[in-house]
Amino acid sequence: MAKFTTLTSRMMPMPVDNIDTDQIIPARFLKTISKEGLDKQLFNDWRYDASGAPKPDFILNAPEWQGVQILLAGDNFGCGSSREHAPWALTQWGFRAIVSTSFADIFKSNALKNGLVPVVVPRDVHAKLFEMVAADPHATATIGLASQTLTLPGGAVVEFPVDAFSKHCLLEGVDELGYILQQMPAIEAYEARKDVHLNTLNPS
Amino acid sequence: MSTPRTIIEKLWDSHVVAERPGAPSLIYIDLHLVHEVTSPQAFAGLRARGLKVRRPQNTFATTDHSTPTTPRSLPIVDPIAKAQVERLESNCEEFGIPYFGFQSPHQGIVHVIGPENGLTQPGMTVVCGDSHTATHGAFGALAFGIGTSEVEMVLATQCLLQRKSKTYEVRVDGALKPGVTAKDIILALIARIGVGGGTGCVFEYRGQAISALSMEERMTVCNMSIEGGARAGLIAPDDKTYQFLAGKPFAPKGAEWDAAVERWKRLPTDAGATYDHTITMDANTLEPMITFGTNPGMGMPVSGVVPDPASLSDPLERDSLAKALRYMDLTPGKPLAGQPVNVVFVGSCTNSRMSDLRAAAGVLKGRKVSPKVRMMVVPGSMEIKRQAEAEGLDKVFREAGADWREAGCSMCIAMNGDQLQPGEYSVSTSNRNFEGRQGKGGRTFLASPLTAAASAIAGVVTDARKL
Repeated sequence: MAKFTTLTSRMMPMPVDNIDTDQIIPARFLKTISKEGLDKQLFNDWRYDASGAPKPDFILNAPEWQGVQILLAGDNFGCGSSREHAPWALTQWGFRAIVSTSFADIFKSNALKNGLVPVVVPRDVHAKLFEMVAADPHATATIGLASQTLTLPGGAVVEFPVDAFSKHCLLEGVDELGYILQQMPAIEAYEARKDVHLNTLNPS
Repeated sequence: MSTPRTIIEKLWDSHVVAERPGAPSLIYIDLHLVHEVTSPQAFAGLRARGLKVRRPQNTFATTDHSTPTTPRSLPIVDPIAKAQVERLESNCEEFGIPYFGFQSPHQGIVHVIGPENGLTQPGMTVVCGDSHTATHGAFGALAFGIGTSEVEMVLATQCLLQRKSKTYEVRVDGALKPGVTAKDIILALIARIGVGGGTGCVFEYRGQAISALSMEERMTVCNMSIEGGARAGLIAPDDKTYQFLAGKPFAPKGAEWDAAVERWKRLPTDAGATYDHTITMDANTLEPMITFGTNPGMGMPVSGVVPDPASLSDPLERDSLAKALRYMDLTPGKPLAGQPVNVVFVGSCTNSRMSDLRAAAGVLKGRKVSPKVRMMVVPGSMEIKRQAEAEGLDKVFREAGADWREAGCSMCIAMNGDQLQPGEYSVSTSNRNFEGRQGKGGRTFLASPLTAAASAIAGVVTDARKL
C-alpha cells in the first residue's frame, strides 16, 4: 500500500450528504476483472451527459480543479455497497483524502486499505471549510497523519480520529494481509481448540 | 455467574483468534460466500503472492450480479459480463472452491442460496464481498459485507482484522396489521434512524413482531440492515430457525444435528444483557411503506405526501432532499399514491423468496398488469423458480402479463441488462433507490411485494389494501 504522511492540497467541494457508492462508481462498471482504469468512471452519472460528453458544470470536469487531492464531501460519505471499486476509482483519479462529518463503515475500511484517508471533522468545522472554499477556491488545507491534524486555510488546526493500527499501516505502508499471515500460528491454534466448533461444508 | 451477554457479543467472543495491543482483533470466519463481481481482483492477488485458498471447505461461490435472467439456453450476450462469470468459474476450479455456476440447477442470488442450502447456520461468522450479507443474520449468524482486499484476506487466511461493533437493540413490539409486511418494518426503521443511523453498530432485531416473522421474512428485515448504516443485523435462533434448517443439504445430520441445536440454543441474548443503543417500534402502528427519494431513508407510509425541503433547517440536509426530489421529479406536498409507474420489479436478495412470490401472485391472480407497466418477476434462485412453477405461480404471473425470469440480482443492481430507461419510474421490491441504481436516470420507489403487485395492476403507486 502507498504510504501516507502529510498532504497539502486544495479541497474540491461536493456539498451533498449520503454520497453512495453507486454515485462514486455505478454498478455497470463493476463487470471488469481488473482494478485499472476506474478513474474514467468516477462519478460517471454526475460527470457525463447522455452522449457521454463531460458536463461542464460538474466540478470534476472543471479545468481549475484538476490535480486536487482532497475531496470535501457531505455527511455519511460512501454509504451503500461494499464495492472497493469506489476507493480504487477515487485514488486513481488522484484523491488521497476525503473530509466529511462521517463515513459509512465498509467504505472507510476499504479506503484505509488503499491509502485513502477518511478525515472526520465536527459539523462546525465542516461548514466552515465549505465557506472557506467558496470564498477562495485556491485555499489549501494540510493533513498531517502522524499528528492526526487538519490545518485549515488560515492556520487553525483541528485534530481528527484515526485508529492506531490504520495510522501505523498508512504511515509505514504496511500490507494488512502480510500482517495476518504472520499470525498463522495463532490461526492454527484456534482451529485446533476443543471448545471451538469448526464448520465445514459437507453436503449430503 | 458470568456477565450477561448479547448474542452479538457471544458471536464475537467465540470467533476471536488473537488480540494484540494497538491492533484490531483477528476474527475467524466460518463461511465465506463468493460471487463474480467482487472476487476476480482478490483471486489475482492470491496468484500474485503464490497463496492458496486456506479452507475451500468453508468457501462457496455462485454467480448472480452480472448474470442474465434470460433463458439459460441462451449465451451471455455481454462479452464483459461473460468474461467475469467465466473467470469466477475458472477461479473456483483453480482454487478448489465449490460453486453453483451459471448452468447449475442450484444457481441463485448468493444471499438466497446460502440459507436455502443450509450453508448459513446459527453461531457462524459469514462474510461476502457484498453489503447485503447481513441477510444471513436472520439465522443468528454474525454476517457482514467486506471489500475485495478483505475477500483476498479471508481466502488466504480464513481471518479478518475487525473492530468490535457497538450493539444496537431494535425492538419491535406488537403485531403487524394485515397487509403490513417485514419489508415495511425495515423501511420504517430506516426512515426513522436514517441511512447513517446504525453506523458502527450491529442490530439485534427482537420483540414480539420479530418472533412472529417467518425465516424468509426475517431475512428481508436483516437484509436491509446496511441501508440503516449497520454493519450487520441479526435475530437470535429459535425453533423456526431449526425447523427451516433441518434436512437442508449442508445442515448437520443425525447426532451432529442434535449437538448443533444444543450449541445454538445457547446463543440468544442473556437476560439482563445491555446494549449500547436501543430503539423501540410498535408494529401495530406501522403502515405499508414506500420510498420517495434517492436513499432508503427517504421513506414514508404509502398514503403519505412528499416532504418539503423548506421544512428542514440544516442547509446541507435541505439541499440534499431538494436534489433528491429534482432527480425524482416529484412535487413537495403531493401524495405519492397515484403517481404513474413504468416498471414493477419483484425480486432481489430482499424479496425474491417463495413467500414474496406468493404474496405478489396473490394480488395478481385473476387480474392484469396495466398496459402502461412492464412487470418483471425474478426468483432468487433456480430452486425457488422450480418450486414456484410447481405451485403454478409462473402461470399467474404470465397470465397477468408479467415477465417470469431466471434467477439473479437482475434489476436491483442493473448490471445484467435488466434496467430502467432514463426517466422511468419503478416500484421495486429491492433494497436501494440510489440515483441510477436500476439504470442510468431511472427512478425507484422501494416497497413490499404487495405494494409492487398492486401498483403493477393500477399502473400507479397503490396501497394493496385499497385495490
